[in-house]
Amino acid sequence: MLASILTLGGIGLFAAVALGIAAKKFAVEVDPRELAILEVLPGANCGACGQPGCGGYAKAIVAGTMPPNLCSPGGAETIEKIAHIMGVEAVSANPQLAVVCCQGDNLKASLKYRYLGLEDCNAAQKIADGPKTCPAGCLGLGSCMRACPFDAIEITSQGLAIIDRDKCTGCQKCVATCPRQVIKMTPASATTHVLCNSTDKGAQVRKYCQVGCIACQICKKTAPEVYQIENFLARVDYAADGDVLAAVAKCPTKCIRDFSTGYPEGSSFIAPNAPAKTPEEAA
Amino acid sequence: MNLKTFKGGLHPPDGKHYSAHKAIELCPLPAELIIPLAQHIGAPAEACVEVGALVKKGTLIANAKGFVSVPIHASTSGEVIAVEPRLHPMGKALPAIVIKPDGADAWDESLVGADPATLDIEELKRRIQAAGVVGMGGATFPTHVKLSPPPEKQIDTLILNGVECEPYLTADHRMMLEDTERILDGVEILLKVLGIKRAVIGIEANKPDAIETMTRAAAPRNIEVQALKVKYPQGAEKQLIDAITGRQVPSGTLPMEVGVVVQNVGTCAAISDAIRLGRPLVERVVSITGPAINEPKNLLVRVGTPLQFLVDQCGGLNGEPAKIIMGGPMMGQTQLSLETPAIRGTSGLLIFRKQDLPRLESGPCIRCGRCIGVCPIHLQPTTIAGYARLDLFDEAADYHALDCIECGCCTYICPATLPLVQSIRYAKAAIMAKKRTL
Ligand code: SF4
Ligand code: SF4
Ligand code: SF4
Ligand code: SF4
Repeated sequence: MLASILTLGGIGLFAAVALGIAAKKFAVEVDPRELAILEVLPGANCGACGQPGCGGYAKAIVAGTMPPNLCSPGGAETIEKIAHIMGVEAVSANPQLAVVCCQGDNLKASLKYRYLGLEDCNAAQKIADGPKTCPAGCLGLGSCMRACPFDAIEITSQGLAIIDRDKCTGCQKCVATCPRQVIKMTPASATTHVLCNSTDKGAQVRKYCQVGCIACQICKKTAPEVYQIENFLARVDYAADGDVLAAVAKCPTKCIRDFSTGYPEGSSFIAPNAPAKTPEEAA
Repeated sequence: MNLKTFKGGLHPPDGKHYSAHKAIELCPLPAELIIPLAQHIGAPAEACVEVGALVKKGTLIANAKGFVSVPIHASTSGEVIAVEPRLHPMGKALPAIVIKPDGADAWDESLVGADPATLDIEELKRRIQAAGVVGMGGATFPTHVKLSPPPEKQIDTLILNGVECEPYLTADHRMMLEDTERILDGVEILLKVLGIKRAVIGIEANKPDAIETMTRAAAPRNIEVQALKVKYPQGAEKQLIDAITGRQVPSGTLPMEVGVVVQNVGTCAAISDAIRLGRPLVERVVSITGPAINEPKNLLVRVGTPLQFLVDQCGGLNGEPAKIIMGGPMMGQTQLSLETPAIRGTSGLLIFRKQDLPRLESGPCIRCGRCIGVCPIHLQPTTIAGYARLDLFDEAADYHALDCIECGCCTYICPATLPLVQSIRYAKAAIMAKKRTL
């Protein structure tokens, strides 16, 4: 009994000493700035910066191989802190947020077939290009929702993805996951978006969706500085100056939406669990 | 009878009684034939006719683009009225050539056959490709590619696939009874091309008349007939090779690895026509069947015939169609509409009504292990599907997701009605995509 206690204790002691020596001997010098940066990074390991995780990014900044402004989840504040640690000037990247450019949920867009398979947009897309008649619309099976590390995406009860712009950090995970490229990155400051992704001609769009852009040019006529029609789809020029809002009321299919007062009223855009926010609440 | 087979698999209710006794009839000409340019695995063919062109039956209308590709021919005489995207059996609009028949159904006179004995091997292969011959069991792999193994792969056996293990389908069965000579002629040509002596015809034991007919006709030519146990997917290449030769094709390789080439019986008949008559593959036998069809039939159908027209030839529908399948119920392709045309790979058209399709909600896996028991590849479908659901594709690959032949046995047997094959297909696509980008 005593012998075994002594033996075990002996092994333990030996291991402790050996490990202590090894730790000293093989210690890797870590740049203190790397640790400091790791401290200020959000630790989400989302990959938005282009590195697999925050650790890799911190290392890359210190090594000088990556600029300090790539962490979109961290936002301007983090960029500032990193710049301070590195002793450089903070050049804020233009923050971007994701928008689902589609309003064609199961009530407003038509279906080619009844899909009963796996709840996954990428899997559904493999079956005759997905159950939606529109080849570009949101499938609403939530692949983006599951991919979002920040819980910013919800799927409405009628099968449409919606993004909470307060939670979105612009990491683009959802963009990479969506099989139909419905999710677009837009400047965080922009308030007005065209919520349609169909490049089919107007007559075709009318056949399969009540709320798709029919390229009628009305928005373009209302505010030619900001709206263009490319491939039968209206686009907002986010950089241009002009009356973005005037076209919102004029669009006959209501596919231009104003987000400046929270989620637009009267659309499937109201998050099921999140009531529309007033600007004060959102701030 | 000495019945050979493989391990795993199952036998779903086969519904063959609807059409097994129906002799092959020639399907009349529809108002227009829609001939898609993508009708085989590999690069789609390239149209070489314009709107207004007058064609004969067998006239070349699209050229093969690359080695793994075959040309496409007009399937009747008439006028080309459109070259445009049309709804394809794959579910989307794809380029097609539309022909308005002139009613004469006249063969192109420039097509002449030859005695296979006078042609060398390269010329035989060239003619097989030029005739657009593809695997007619449904996979539509260009036949000439299978016949061109690299020199280090020694082929010693040709296996004729007359299994037709898919429920409901009876087209190959009828061909073996009615086109015995053409099939065996094709086999002899194939033996010459491959430079080998041994050919074995595998037929499931539920077609005793076909076994008898083929045995009688094959015996004087020294071709063996092997009766096989009635089990799905006995007709899948690797399972068939296992049953007949006892050789197992290693994961990720082709049958040539174990010295075998497999061809479908319909393909053999097409090869005989291609060489002896110089006629390209422009028609095939299709079983139009299922509980929703008034008068199930086996029809000789010109490629491009709209499915609706086939249904009309079979007395129409007796009820609202709820599921339309091109091919067999296990591995066939669901159709979104009866506007789509029959193509070279169309072995069957099955239509079911709502009452024929009990639909149960999926529940959680109950770990019964049945999917593992029936998997002919000995995979763990439930594990792979689980990983696929979590997007853990590397793990799915570790469990050999890529070896799945998508036979559907696991999904069929699963008491929790989980969409197992769909999950595995999803994982396979993701794994392949990752491989391509690496
Ligand atoms: S946005 Fe894309 S990924 Fe998200 S639910 Fe819609 S189709 Fe699916
Ligand atoms: S919504 Fe998209 S971009 Fe925004 S945080 Fe989620 S995954 Fe990232
Ligand atoms: S007004 Fe609306 S429908 Fe018309 S082009 Fe502009 S966005 Fe499209
Ligand atoms: S058959 Fe279905 S329930 Fe049974 S183990 Fe497989 S997946 Fe689970």
